[in-house]
Amino acid sequence: MSGHESTYKPGTGIEKWIDARLPIVRLVHDSFVGFPVAKNLNYWWTFGAILAVCLVTQIITGIVLAMHYVPHVDMAFASVERIMRDVEYGWLIRYIHANGASMFFLAVYIHMFRGLYYGSYKAPREISWILGVIIYLLMMGTAFMGYVLPWGQMSLHGASVITNLIGAIPLVGEQIKIWLQGAPSIGNATLNRFFSLHYLLPFMIAGVVILHIWAFHTTGNNNPTGVDVKDEKKDTVPFHPYYTVKDGFAIIVFLMIFAGFVFYAPNVLGHADNYIEGNPLKTPAHIVPEWYLLPFYAILRAITFDIGPIPAKLGGVIAMFGAIAVLFVLPWLDTSKVRSLRYRPLARQFFLGFVAVCLLLGVAGASNPDDIVIKTGEDTLRYEVSLEEAPEAVAVAEAHHGKIVSSNSERVIVDFAHYEDAVEFAEASGTTAEATVKHHGLTWLPVAQLLTFLYFAYFLIIIPLLGLIERPKDEPESIADSIHKSNGSADAVAAE
Amino acid sequence: MTDETYTETVDEDRRDFIHIAAGAAVAGGAGALAWPFIAQMLPALDTRAASSLEVPITDIPEGGEIRVLIGGKPFFIRHRTAAEIAAAESVEAGDLPDPQTDEERLVARADGTLNPAILVVSGSCTHLGCVPVGPGSNTGEFGGWYCPCHGSHYDTSGRIRKGPAPTNLPVPTYEYNADGSAVTISL
Repeated sequence: MSGHESTYKPGTGIEKWIDARLPIVRLVHDSFVGFPVAKNLNYWWTFGAILAVCLVTQIITGIVLAMHYVPHVDMAFASVERIMRDVEYGWLIRYIHANGASMFFLAVYIHMFRGLYYGSYKAPREISWILGVIIYLLMMGTAFMGYVLPWGQMSLHGASVITNLIGAIPLVGEQIKIWLQGAPSIGNATLNRFFSLHYLLPFMIAGVVILHIWAFHTTGNNNPTGVDVKDEKKDTVPFHPYYTVKDGFAIIVFLMIFAGFVFYAPNVLGHADNYIEGNPLKTPAHIVPEWYLLPFYAILRAITFDIGPIPAKLGGVIAMFGAIAVLFVLPWLDTSKVRSLRYRPLARQFFLGFVAVCLLLGVAGASNPDDIVIKTGEDTLRYEVSLEEAPEAVAVAEAHHGKIVSSNSERVIVDFAHYEDAVEFAEASGTTAEATVKHHGLTWLPVAQLLTFLYFAYFLIIIPLLGLIERPKDEPESIADSIHKSNGSADAVAAE
Repeated sequence: MTDETYTETVDEDRRDFIHIAAGAAVAGGAGALAWPFIAQMLPALDTRAASSLEVPITDIPEGGEIRVLIGGKPFFIRHRTAAEIAAAESVEAGDLPDPQTDEERLVARADGTLNPAILVVSGSCTHLGCVPVGPGSNTGEFGGWYCPCHGSHYDTSGRIRKGPAPTNLPVPTYEYNADGSAVTISL
């Protein structure tokens, strides 16, 4: 898995014997020991190794959980509770697995933003990037199916909402949905296949990870300057011990944060509803996915209007999948020749804006679309009164400080700031209508719609345009040059 | 005729035929093999067999409903009060988001008469499939059902009146038994 000449020297007879038959020690040596890596990688580059640790953690804990879990609708929930209460250290292993999913996504998001910032997706690393997006998609599929397995309320109804999205596909959607569920609704057949695939997909991820590493070991790692390695001797250091130690340190810090969640706040990232056994006859009040899928949930719900012949529901589904699909073509959307945003002051501002948009989309996804973001006035009591029933309603409302919101020949809508006025109005006008509390302000829906627009605009408008209009700063001559210049003195060079 | 100078003659047409035939056999075989692996994910025979249910309707209290699961899908069987029937019938169908009269949403008994007291509808909100709440909890602004997920209001005929759901709660395929004491609902 390396595009450079092998530096492995078998020392003993046994090593030579193996090397002539299966050069696996050579492969590992050339990939993770002698592999030359740009000497200026910062800590953002340690997330690759952190992700490898996450994947191994999930696979090991997952295999153990599968020894105790029962994939049946009548027993799944109880078997998870049994793992938590009765299985020796079951609570620990399950909490590691559940929080491990969140830590995995935390690391992958940092890893992806790092790739965006330093232009790691650009030529010649397009295939590394695309394989990375495929891994990300597989991760989302795995996480979604894994969340269904405990068969809690959120498991069941979250899965129901997401599979219903497939039903939005015209003509064949309903058939595909039934095929995926194995029944007219989410049930035992669905749970069984999700369990099977949830076990399979991590190994597929591991396979794509190998391709991902193979690809960027062929092109060489990107680095914070984005400048290619020009002189292997001056610009690179061997992976071991330089980056094994750096990655190792980052992994330890990461595991400390991970352990903080597992031991002190193991449920803080989950939903209490999922500790209620799934009941197909009762839907939880707010169905929300896990935090790492929230931005896409916000995009899904932002499309509330028909786009030409595309109904709103299908439009939402297209927008959600489009938000990921756009990542596949990113290498060809970027027109700038400069990789690292270090030398692109304008692009850097937009990048920070994009990060903010993604985070805010997450908040929007967690919020009810009708909830108020910015309050513009006090809550009022609103009456919608039929004029047939209360012909004098307009005059009576005005006499009781009511504010007419709208009226036509059949009905009038009126707001009251004070409870007493509203009660007196109801009595005086003789209406039987019931008042509703009306909140005044900007709701999440238009905010989520704006954020969705900005998300797509970043990839489809800003990134292509920036490369054409921006005047980048000068890149350093070489990686070595960038280090020595930033160290600032001739002594630093001499001392090396 | 001599064997001394053997020259191989290649019949290109025969080679093409072999290539195409072999390719077709492989493609056909792959397709035939793939189908069982795709079809095994369809609802199994026992699942399909469990797709209808006879529900007695005589015990449903007036103003109440019973909820049943058929193949995992929820259905509501509501015993409507006279006021609820009147409310459902008095609406001008043309003004509704998904125009349907109350009569169109009922199924005739064995003797051909309608039974407006009993309404049978799907229990999946047409928005995103949540299960609306009904009598005993919250019947929404129009007295039928209210979906707590995204605020869709259904009237006493199960028609969408307010909120994001695009269509009425579907009326499933069902029929009354001979004496009208039960309905058999099929998926």
